[in-house]
Amino acid sequence: MRSETDRSLSAWAFLKGKNSGSKTSGRRGLNIWAWIIFIIGMIYFFLPLFSTFLFSLSMKKDQLSFEAYRLGFSDPDFWQNFGFSVMWAIITIIASLLLIVPTAYWVHWRMPRLRPVVEFVTLMPFVVPAVVLTFGLIRLYGSPPILLIGSPILLIAGYIVLSLPYMFRAVDTGLRAIDVRTLTEAALSLGAGWRIILFQVIFPNLRVAILSGVFLTFAIVMGEFTFASLLAWPAFGPYIELIGSQKPYVPQALSVVSFLLTWISIGIMQRIGRGAVQEVAGAH
Amino acid sequence: MTVVAKKTNNDGNVPLERPKTRKFSWDWLGVAPFFLFATLFLFLPSISIFIRSFQTRAGEFTFENIIALFTVSDIINAYKTSLTISLITAVGGALFGFMLAYAVVLGGLPGFLRAFLLTFSGVASNFAGVPLAFAFVATIGNAGLVTRTIESIFDINLRQMGWSIYNITGLSIVYMYFQFPLMVLIMAPALDGLRREWKEASENLGGTSWHYWRYVALPILLPTLLGTAILLFGNAFGAYATAYAFSGSFINLVTILIGAQIQGDVLYNPGLGNALALGMIVIMSLSMLGYTVLQRRAARWMR
Repeated sequence: MRSETDRSLSAWAFLKGKNSGSKTSGRRGLNIWAWIIFIIGMIYFFLPLFSTFLFSLSMKKDQLSFEAYRLGFSDPDFWQNFGFSVMWAIITIIASLLLIVPTAYWVHWRMPRLRPVVEFVTLMPFVVPAVVLTFGLIRLYGSPPILLIGSPILLIAGYIVLSLPYMFRAVDTGLRAIDVRTLTEAALSLGAGWRIILFQVIFPNLRVAILSGVFLTFAIVMGEFTFASLLAWPAFGPYIELIGSQKPYVPQALSVVSFLLTWISIGIMQRIGRGAVQEVAGAH
Repeated sequence: MTVVAKKTNNDGNVPLERPKTRKFSWDWLGVAPFFLFATLFLFLPSISIFIRSFQTRAGEFTFENIIALFTVSDIINAYKTSLTISLITAVGGALFGFMLAYAVVLGGLPGFLRAFLLTFSGVASNFAGVPLAFAFVATIGNAGLVTRTIESIFDINLRQMGWSIYNITGLSIVYMYFQFPLMVLIMAPALDGLRREWKEASENLGGTSWHYWRYVALPILLPTLLGTAILLFGNAFGAYATAYAFSGSFINLVTILIGAQIQGDVLYNPGLGNALALGMIVIMSLSMLGYTVLQRRAARWMR
């Protein structure tokens, strides 16, 4: 009875589809709109990039040249600030990994009920924007009893906070894909020590997740402006901003460099963690 | 401990039940570093902002700072500007992002364009701050490519005609660059979640395309659509670097004002700065809450 109804329904749908000429033309109309929207979107995406690139090449009058790049790269301050940013990025990545990977692993293995709480905490940067967090940090640690303002601890802490949502999400997704409990207990019953469990069992399984977290964190820190600027530490972001108020063309050349860095990092990340599209940005 | 002692000493009788020894779980130790970090660098700063919002310079309790939020014209204007830009770019970004996601998912475009757009959106939504600001200066700024092209085509001087992008409209155009890709990223999977059976069922019951969208697809997508719009709102509201690099302090946003307050007490009142930051946390919390609630509703129809 039931299968008969189904069959008659599908036959009816089939006939309907076959006879509806108007529907196909409607879909074609839709297709044109889809193309128009898509092209507008692409213009929005690419026009600023193209303009920036062209702008960065037009330092010499009436000809295209890499003069702005040459000038930008010949400034020792550029390398110094860039170097600082690379250093901040590396420290942040290491610290963030040390904080997130063991925590996420432990939560998955021993305290699964705590997972939503930890996830909630990692999403806090969306509730407390960078500028507000900086404000709070400076007011809290800028005066005794705890004076942290002279050391880069606050900067690194801020960067770690920024990276929390992405890092946790990447590692969490990775851990979900493997059976943490079985792997750990199998390793334990085979007599493996903690170091072996972490470095030979868990980490290799998380390689993809960790790498995507690493590259995204790198991209975020390299382009970050708010923390570095307000906490007064040298970094690439504030340097571009400073140059922007001094010279024309060069900031655009540096912007192109910054684009490329971001794009390469995120491109690598998307290639490694295929399918795991990252949402929600925090470093605006 | 005291409870246990009382029970056993009850008139010297034998205890009726084994004392419940609640063993301390050493499992907590494993998450202690994480929560210690979060306390030191997330919760304590937020709590201190909250407390100091209600303190006078001398440290006494007061509501004055909170009242000032709603009475000092600079602050009201800053909130107005921030809310306006966030609202414009959230609605604009949501609409355009939705159309774009619709175009690549259901609009019958070749499949590779979809993959391309999603990859691109992943990059663009993470791409903001100083470089983005300079990109738009090179595009629609006074010497920007688009500006100069328009000027040479129509032989006019836009600058003399009062053209400027260092205002709410200009900043909204910049913000849109990271707003609508985010919408695309969230909307594309949601559109994928629309099952073909639903459309077929609607058609089999004699429904037109309008009926399908009005009574089936839109109600299912609405929580995602609204939720993401709220997320975009918060995304724009908390933005600082882009606005600062784009216009300096021309545009009086709340974030810009807080930044200025950090660099030097421009409000001449530290408590007021805290209240300003607190207002921001409250608005961001509300928008995250709205997003979470709507996201949960949206999840009902997915999978």
